[in-house]
Amino acid sequence: MVYLTRVEHFNAAHKLFNPNWSVEKNEQVFGLCANENWHGHNFELYVTIKGETDPDTGFLYDVKKFSKIIQEHAVKKLDHKNLNMDVPFLTGMMCSTEVLAKAIWEQIEPHLPEGVQLHCVKLYETPRIYVEYFGG
Amino acid sequence: MSKKVAVYRKEHFNAAHRLNNPDWDAATNTKVFGKCNNANYHGHNYELVVKVVGIPDEKTGYVIDLKLLSDLIEENVLKRFDHKNLNLDTAEFATLNPSAENIAIVIYDILRARLQDSFELQVRLYETERNFVEYPVHL
Repeated sequence: MVYLTRVEHFNAAHKLFNPNWSVEKNEQVFGLCANENWHGHNFELYVTIKGETDPDTGFLYDVKKFSKIIQEHAVKKLDHKNLNMDVPFLTGMMCSTEVLAKAIWEQIEPHLPEGVQLHCVKLYETPRIYVEYFGG
Repeated sequence: MSKKVAVYRKEHFNAAHRLNNPDWDAATNTKVFGKCNNANYHGHNYELVVKVVGIPDEKTGYVIDLKLLSDLIEENVLKRFDHKNLNLDTAEFATLNPSAENIAIVIYDILRARLQDSFELQVRLYETERNFVEYPVHL
């Protein structure tokens, strides 16, 4: 079993805001991140797949195809966007990094070929804060 | 020989913004600014490097107390811009396009007004790891 990771990046605006709560409660829980007019981040995305190498190519998976799947189904939909407003697959969801990592997993996983398993989506919101999601 | 030394303080803030010229129509804005024109904004983690040049004080050995420099940046730059929408939440960019170039100039002007004239000052601002600007350029 080998693991292969592709690193991509995108930047986006978002805010943390629960519409079922009052403005005061949102500010109390989310602090600066609840700013009504959004704030933003440069997100760094690490997507790791695992499986066995093909004896003919030596590859687990063609990295160009892998990159295209991530670009097509995640990065293009997220880059230079407002996560709360512009991204159909996040509609109605809280835009925390945890939720975003899981949603990116759901976007990518169905497009991987047989024998290539998604292992981890690791998402940096800032250089100092990241989440990892291993599915399940 | 001059005993000038450069000292640096790194800080960071994150913010939403968009690049848009209100004098242009939507098509021209999209053509010139591309994805950065997105109507609902996008955002960045900005990394700020502030460079101060001076002669170390004989008694302290400091060019400037870096804690004081840090407090100055925190109070006057980070509190103003961190977790904000630069276009909507800040007076500085109410009419000025918040490009990295303009943000660097604004930050320089804010700090310049609060530092002794004897210090030379330069600001470097990273909008992403790969895109960064410096102001002024003469240092």
